[in-house]
Amino acid sequence: MEVERRSLREKQISARDMLRGDLEGEDLERYVEERVVTTTFAKVQNWARANSIFPLTFGLACCAIEAPISIVTARYDLARFGAEALRASPRQADLIILSGRVSIKMAPVVRRLYDQMLEPKWVMAMGACSSSAGMFANYAVVQGADKFMPVDIYVPGCPPRPEAVLYGFTKLQRKIMGSPDQSWRRRYDAYGTEEWARGGPRSEPSPEAARAYGEARRSVEALREAGEPSLA
Amino acid sequence: MPDAPGLELIRGEIDRDCPGAVLATSFDRAQAALIVDPERVLEVLRWLAEQPGHRYDFLSSLHAADYLPNQPRFAVHYELINRDRVERIRIKAMLEDGAELPEIDSCVELFPTANAQEREVFDFFGIVFRGHPNLTRILMPEDYVGWPQRRDFPIGGEPVTFTYSEARYD
Repeated sequence: MEVERRSLREKQISARDMLRGDLEGEDLERYVEERVVTTTFAKVQNWARANSIFPLTFGLACCAIEAPISIVTARYDLARFGAEALRASPRQADLIILSGRVSIKMAPVVRRLYDQMLEPKWVMAMGACSSSAGMFANYAVVQGADKFMPVDIYVPGCPPRPEAVLYGFTKLQRKIMGSPDQSWRRRYDAYGTEEWARGGPRSEPSPEAARAYGEARRSVEALREAGEPSLA
Repeated sequence: MPDAPGLELIRGEIDRDCPGAVLATSFDRAQAALIVDPERVLEVLRWLAEQPGHRYDFLSSLHAADYLPNQPRFAVHYELINRDRVERIRIKAMLEDGAELPEIDSCVELFPTANAQEREVFDFFGIVFRGHPNLTRILMPEDYVGWPQRRDFPIGGEPVTFTYSEARYD
């Protein structure tokens, strides 16, 4: 049905009539048509995900002073982008900010935190050190966190200004809204690795969780056998 | 810090009680050091810690150095403090490099704070402390191979070429 555009003043009057209960018949249908937007469910889902990110309360080194400490303060205020609730558990978090150098002793711990996060999840490599080891070309530091875990966005700087972190964060939001496909993560074997907490670390998952994660694992294996190049 | 004559006096007193333990002295940039026989380092440390009138009874730091290509190659340094006079003295024990890891006596019995510091020296230089209660790696991962602070250990990482500065300063 083609809807003729009306002026704002006319729309306001029709809204007032609707609230009074005076609108009926063709006028009511017209009112509804004017106020409905059609889209796909996936778009709405990604829009919601991008605007309600829960970062993990997590710091590795000096960059942790900039994020997550600075960017949640009133001056920079990450809450403007819907991410003010920092979670202290990886099981409740969507975003892990690698704020600093990752030493070889810390790398398995960081990877385990990433594995414990539930899908969908994102990783920001913040600063030169976690992107490429920065100035630490030595025996103790992993040469870029993307050696052992998938990274979605790299923020350069030593350390990055809080504005740069926020810019990276909005870039990440655009990435989430634009292309939810993260198939390249399979290269890191990062699907279906979530751990569950039912009565201790070695307990069995719930039947539903076991089925869901088993399916995720099997789909990756099937792709690997089919010769998916990113899995080779 | 004892001055140069004071250091010689201390050496003379140690020579009287444990002859042959001190090999040399060094007084450089106002820092006094005794170079001792590594087999008898515990004797000298105990003498300095317990001798009335000296009482260097606080171990402020225990660390090692790699003097490659000099021989003997390794040195274990003990920094002792006399807390009454606020005086420091340094003990150096030089260790040869061989097919086996270099060994020296542990001073944990004398200075309990040496426990973690000796583990750190073992972790980074591969110097074994005989009689240490738990000589395992402390900072590097347990399964790490090699002694990363030795001078002949590869620096690791990825090579980076700074083209700008090389073109300009070559």
